[in-house]
Amino acid sequence: MREAYIYDHVRSPRGKGRADGALHEVTAVQLASQVLKAISDRSELDTTLLDDVVLGCAQPVGEQGGNIARSAVLVAGYDESVAGVQMHRFCASALEAVNTAAAHIMAGQSDAAVGGGVECMSRTYIGADSGAWSADPWVSYHSYFAPQGIGADMIATLDGYSRADVDNYALESQRRAAAAWQGKRFANAIVPIKDVIGDVLLDHDEYMRPNTTFEQLAGLKPAFTALGEKGGFDTIAQMRYPQIEAVNHVHTGGNSSGIVDGAAAVLVGNDDFGKASGLKPRARFRAFSSIGSEPTIMLTAPADVANKALKRAGMTKADIDLFEINEAFASVVLRFMRALDLDPEIVNVNGGAIAMGHPLGATGAMILGTVLDELERRDLNTALITLCAGNGLGTATIIERV
Amino acid sequence: MKHIKLDIEADGIAVLTLDNADESMNLVSPEFISEFAEAIEMIAADDAIKGTIVTSAKPAFMAGADLKFLGAAFDKGMTVKDALAFRQAPSDMHRRMETCGKPFVAAINGLALGGGCELVLSCHYRVIVDDPKAVVGLPEVNVGLLPGSGGTQRLPRMVGVERALSMLLGGESVPPAEALARGIVDEVVPAADLLEAARRWLRGNPDPLREWDRKGYKPPEALGLLNLKLAQHFTMAGPAASAKTLHNYPAPIAIVSSVFEGIQLPFDAGLRIEGKHFARLLSGPVARNIIRTTFLNKGKADRLSRRPAGIPKSPVKTLGVLGAGMMGAGIAHVAAAGGIDVILLDATMEQAEKGKAYSASLLSRDVERKRRTQAQADAVLARISPTVDYADMAGVDLVIEAVFEDTAIKADVTARAAAVIPAATPFASNTSTLPISGLAEAFERPADFIGLHFFSPVDRMPLVEVILGKKTSEATLARALDFVGQIRKTPIVVNDSRGFYTSRVFQTFIHEGMALLQEGVAPALIENAAKQAGMPVGPLAVTDEVTIELPMRIAKQAEAEMGTAYKLPVSYDVMRRMLDEFRRPGRKGGGGFYDYPEGGRKHLWTGLKDAFPAAAEQPDVEEVKKRILYIQALETARCLEEGVLADPVDGDLGSVLGWGFPTYAGGTISLIDTVGLPEFVAECDSLAQRFGARFLPSDWLRQKAAAGSGFYS
Repeated sequence: MREAYIYDHVRSPRGKGRADGALHEVTAVQLASQVLKAISDRSELDTTLLDDVVLGCAQPVGEQGGNIARSAVLVAGYDESVAGVQMHRFCASALEAVNTAAAHIMAGQSDAAVGGGVECMSRTYIGADSGAWSADPWVSYHSYFAPQGIGADMIATLDGYSRADVDNYALESQRRAAAAWQGKRFANAIVPIKDVIGDVLLDHDEYMRPNTTFEQLAGLKPAFTALGEKGGFDTIAQMRYPQIEAVNHVHTGGNSSGIVDGAAAVLVGNDDFGKASGLKPRARFRAFSSIGSEPTIMLTAPADVANKALKRAGMTKADIDLFEINEAFASVVLRFMRALDLDPEIVNVNGGAIAMGHPLGATGAMILGTVLDELERRDLNTALITLCAGNGLGTATIIERV
Repeated sequence: MKHIKLDIEADGIAVLTLDNADESMNLVSPEFISEFAEAIEMIAADDAIKGTIVTSAKPAFMAGADLKFLGAAFDKGMTVKDALAFRQAPSDMHRRMETCGKPFVAAINGLALGGGCELVLSCHYRVIVDDPKAVVGLPEVNVGLLPGSGGTQRLPRMVGVERALSMLLGGESVPPAEALARGIVDEVVPAADLLEAARRWLRGNPDPLREWDRKGYKPPEALGLLNLKLAQHFTMAGPAASAKTLHNYPAPIAIVSSVFEGIQLPFDAGLRIEGKHFARLLSGPVARNIIRTTFLNKGKADRLSRRPAGIPKSPVKTLGVLGAGMMGAGIAHVAAAGGIDVILLDATMEQAEKGKAYSASLLSRDVERKRRTQAQADAVLARISPTVDYADMAGVDLVIEAVFEDTAIKADVTARAAAVIPAATPFASNTSTLPISGLAEAFERPADFIGLHFFSPVDRMPLVEVILGKKTSEATLARALDFVGQIRKTPIVVNDSRGFYTSRVFQTFIHEGMALLQEGVAPALIENAAKQAGMPVGPLAVTDEVTIELPMRIAKQAEAEMGTAYKLPVSYDVMRRMLDEFRRPGRKGGGGFYDYPEGGRKHLWTGLKDAFPAAAEQPDVEEVKKRILYIQALETARCLEEGVLADPVDGDLGSVLGWGFPTYAGGTISLIDTVGLPEFVAECDSLAQRFGARFLPSDWLRQKAAAGSGFYS
């Protein structure tokens, strides 16, 4: 098996996923292609050396449909010989995309590829690609489907996380993200996004609320109470978890991931590609894995998939220096840390999606890049990146600096 | 043709008149279908006929299919394939009418429900009489089915998916104006103008082609999940069916899926989808259970099928009620509402007046909700005469005693009333547990003594458990049943025993709930399992409502009277500790298994986890559900064995109407038949091994199982 190396990574800043978001006027293909162009330009890459561009996208319909990776390749000005494929593993799509790019290299069937993802949440809306799992009544009925927010509240209920617990976590995410931006820790990764006349639209994560207080968070209304009680989803959750007297609805807009626009790209290749391109490898892939878990809560895969990846790598959690777990909801992170018995000081050290937002199909590549930069800054070696994903899926990747 | 008349008028308009030769109602039957199909072919082939009016000679247009037939399908061993074949003929008939090339107009002269409504929907135009009794609707969901003859396909294409689903899932019937507003009918006209309005439409040379049979027909909803509004709707509709049925009733999700899958297909393919969903429902046990118990057998009971023959009808004009508490007041109310004068007696005038005031409050609520006019309410209330004077009982036709559940107190009021009431007036006790034959000893005419056990709240609970004492005469039973019929309740008839039937079996439900708690099963799991099994409330919650003191008192009374022959209930220790150790008797006593915070939601008492620590290993919810349902079914079987129940029908009806045993199971006895008696016995044996002898099936039940017979077959 050949080694797959990470040579570089970039990401867009995250724009608010609303009509007044700074990236709202940018189409999904423009956003993806600017990121692709940036990672190519700054290494003066000969794109004929690339075999593929693998992009995650969690709502691949409308302007994000029709294999957006291929369109982005062409719009970015890559050589037409570079293929392009779009991946969908819900919120873990971009990490899956990077893993897939790496897997082809490790299998000897590819020399270099870009993995990444894109999601313009201001330009689509959640449910746009509904699909059988949630919208075919026969399927949702028999699989006890409930929306993610209900699952997050169920984790809090089952594990006993109080509103204060989840709000405190959210507050810490804001604090860490603010400190990271202040310390310019994302500087090397950020690609300012421009409009059609070349003016910069956004060069920072605009979703953040660094001045958030605990009191402000505590004042927010639980977001999923009505859905749970009137929509019947609490009852459905209780059918799966009959030991629960009532669902404790603790998640709000303040302790859940933000809806944002964003794109990311990770350059992956074998050693020959590095030599041919004059690039130095920054890290290698130790292992990666995806699993399915209980679909009603649907957010509990991270601990199991992390353990699976660790086992595959022949490592234990003690061998990991830093962890990145996507902050889909505060309770997801709290459960992950409890399950693996982790020191919070080595988990999501620069904040996460609660503070900066979660562009569904791009986040996996973003947090992989973030933790690689942080390993280098701290001169540490290993990191584990994981995300929970729709319908009970989860993906994890372990990287090691070289 | 026997059930249909075909007249051809001079101007080429044919009139098809539905007129069932055998019954007062037009029903969808195989005979009707073949005749109607024949008529369609005659019309299609006759060049002189330009168009056809479909109407009825009965007051109603047409009711649905024959429930007796549908209810028997499962028992006849109807397979999915059989059921599919069964629905083919009516579906084809409707489709042929719709596509034969000539216009059909429904002249709806009265109610059109179920299959009758589907016939109307298959016509090219619908004119309905302006009469609020002429309701239209597809109530199949209420009997565990779906409209299997195009109802789930035509309605959404006519009125849109959301409106159609709301009607199909609600099983509601709507009057003409509402039907017009919803797009189900095209015209509402006065009765005198009905046929002329239909002719008028036909004379306009209408195109006999439904919208969905036109070339290029593609409604926005045919896009399925690419239609975002529809995707959102179905994202909520599947889970809503899931949460509402708790997966116990298969019809709602079959309806949602039939619409969802069918609307995306060409019309005939949609009909095929609907047929398959229908066939699954008709060939399954749930429709059988619902139809048999809640329609067929309830109907028979309402028609007083248990009334001994040959005894003249004896309506009660004046009722005497002893005791104006919750039950007495409720009985007085339903009697007065049924047109009966009531003498409502209590120890003090204040208490008697309070009983009447209860009725006044129910009536004013009815007026508020426009269920009665003020004048009607006033008339009902005026029928109740509160009193403290037994002499006022002198002219009553029936006495119902509803005083405190204490043999001595009951004996006292019985003797006082007996002294003044007419010599032929029967005497009934509303006791819920005390043996009737014992209470009858306080009455000098035990043949005229009977139990009439009402349920609380009386105005809402439909059941009356009629209890025969050892000496109760047939004439007394007949008169008691006549009274139950007068107040429009459903009677079951049982023989005397401790707790009779309903209280006895209901007790096993709450005792089992408390036994689970004693074993360390998490209280939320107990409550959720019961609800998921279809019980209206969990056993701990309902025990709080009746108070823990009630089952405790019943146990202690039985112990006092039976001595060592009485076996203490399995929950005895839980009850004792709740009452003596924790002083939590129930809701009225400030809290029991639950806390009742003022202005907040009730929740399980936080002290429960210390009082009854949870076991490290918790049972599977399916096992808890099974225990809760099976213990009730088993006790009902014992009631049949001991002769407390004479008929499984009473067991089923009493359980469903008395304490809300789930209708998907058809009642406690139908549950056993649904599981299969041999399997039920085996399961009970296994439960007995793990949880105690109370689950042991009797030899009688084993023999019955070995003989391979069910309770109904």
